[in-house]
Amino acid sequence: MTAPLLEIRNLSIVFDTAEGPLHAVNNLSYSLMPGETLGIVGESGSGKSVHIMALLGLLPSPPARVVSGEILFDGENLLKLTEKELRNIRGGKIGMIFQNPMSSLNPVLTIGRQILEVILRHTSMSRKQATAHTIELLDLVGISAPASRLTQYPHEFSGGMRQRVMIAIGLACSPKLLIADEATTALDVTIQAQIIDLIQNLKEKSGITIIWITHDISSVSTLADTLQVMYAGRVMERGPFSTVINDPRSAYTWGLLRSIPSPSMHSGQRLYQIPGSPPNMLSPPPGDPFAPRNPFATPRCHRDTPPLRQVPNSLPGHMAAAWYDLPALLSLHPEASDV
Amino acid sequence: MKDFFKTLLRSYSGCAGFILLSSFVVLALIAPWINLPDPIIGNLHERLLPPDWTGLHPLGTDPVGRDILSRLIYGGQTTLMVAFSAVALGAILGTGIGILAGFSGGIIDRILMRIIDIQLSFPLMMLTLLVVAVLGPSIGNVIIVLALTSWTRYTRIIRGQVLVLKEREFILSAKAIGASAFWIMRQHILPNVLTPVMVIATLELARIIIMMAALSFLGLGVQPPDPDWGQMLAEGRVYISTAWWIVLFPGLAILLTTLAVNLLGDWLRDYFDPKTRLKR
Repeated sequence: MTAPLLEIRNLSIVFDTAEGPLHAVNNLSYSLMPGETLGIVGESGSGKSVHIMALLGLLPSPPARVVSGEILFDGENLLKLTEKELRNIRGGKIGMIFQNPMSSLNPVLTIGRQILEVILRHTSMSRKQATAHTIELLDLVGISAPASRLTQYPHEFSGGMRQRVMIAIGLACSPKLLIADEATTALDVTIQAQIIDLIQNLKEKSGITIIWITHDISSVSTLADTLQVMYAGRVMERGPFSTVINDPRSAYTWGLLRSIPSPSMHSGQRLYQIPGSPPNMLSPPPGDPFAPRNPFATPRCHRDTPPLRQVPNSLPGHMAAAWYDLPALLSLHPEASDV
Repeated sequence: MKDFFKTLLRSYSGCAGFILLSSFVVLALIAPWINLPDPIIGNLHERLLPPDWTGLHPLGTDPVGRDILSRLIYGGQTTLMVAFSAVALGAILGTGIGILAGFSGGIIDRILMRIIDIQLSFPLMMLTLLVVAVLGPSIGNVIIVLALTSWTRYTRIIRGQVLVLKEREFILSAKAIGASAFWIMRQHILPNVLTPVMVIATLELARIIIMMAALSFLGLGVQPPDPDWGQMLAEGRVYISTAWWIVLFPGLAILLTTLAVNLLGDWLRDYFDPKTRLKR
């Protein structure tokens, strides 16, 4: 058994707002094995991005405050590192791709210079070697005629190509972990598929560990080994991708899956929507945070917070936080399945 | 450099500005080697001669018989040197402080902005007089004083720009690749504010030349008998109805320099903007 590359233990993050503390991340724990691709899904405000920002030490503080927990990456607690040590990890051991390729590149600097910047920052390569490496990287992410592209500016690139450049920057220093936060959300569907295909290839070639954050489960379906569903700053369910998809045990996962439009739906059929809206994290509901929106909620759900536990009779590693037995409830109420 | 001139040739106004400004600079530089009458020691027999295009004094002489053309060219040396140094000093100081204040925010920002408020609440001339009176009039001090009147204009505008820029996503992605605050300010913020800096600098150059004239007029600028355009303008004021050429030519020199700088500045701003550069 190898040691996990990333291990988050009991992480809680609070934003101090004028109306009081906002609990963005609550007791979050999970680990990530080297070479694993973890897909994290959840609605806006589920703590997906916030805990990644905390991991990179990029949370604006104040108002954000890490209340408890530790983030162990490659044997080091990232929360204990100094700003300087963190800077060496960011872009070096951890590569990051952001959501909006349109605004994530500096408009007045050439593409070449922006990739070169990372390489020179984190490696001891000479300018000449770094330039050669930059060309290799652009070639790797599928940009044609890379050498002539170096002196071009971001506005001369299309959205998909800019995201490729962002990926090249993320991969520039051969990171151990690549984090993509909604990396394909701003792109149109065909470009999305191309980018995901590219990441898939890179993964097969280099065995890089990936965290892929999205609110669109279908976009990670080919990529993720493990799927983690987050809600209200907690993990609701987690397990091997196909197991979670085919046999969800959390009502939230079940709701998310049913709200994906599919081409096989007949016209006029209504798409399922999860009733209600995410809880106000200034005063989170007691018990299971999803209980107020959960049609299957039991009285206990409103009272006690369910721990994340191994699901009985499922693959090892399939964990869910639920007091109820979802498959049993679904067989009792078959009418719940058709909207 | 080749690229620079190639694109310059395509812009009429940029070209005109460049030629005008460089001819002033070249004239000022080669002044000692062209055979000009002495700009400081005049000939009292030749006082207040009107311009005579073919004679010894093509632009006429002043009340003490000094050649206007010669004084204009030698005066160009000091005027351009002082004005460019003051603009450069003010721009560097103002931009640096503006970026620092905008990017750091918090207490540093507040302290720097209050310093600017305090300075701006002083009448500019009084501040200038105070500083020159304390430091004493010399070319170096004039440069410092003029830069001091200038930096706040950059700082306030640049700070505002930086407040917007620092929330942009590329700053976050720069942080995510491990860039330090200083690196982000120098590599990512600075190139993004060069355009406004260029615009303010061209406006400031004109203002500073006029300001220099005001200082000279009060006897606190470049000290006579060394010529300087503003001082020539001030001296000629009394004779404006009888000997118009004394004020006209230094006035024209100031006007043309300012015009040239504005034309060139406009073009430089476009040159440094990658988006307009594409159209070349």
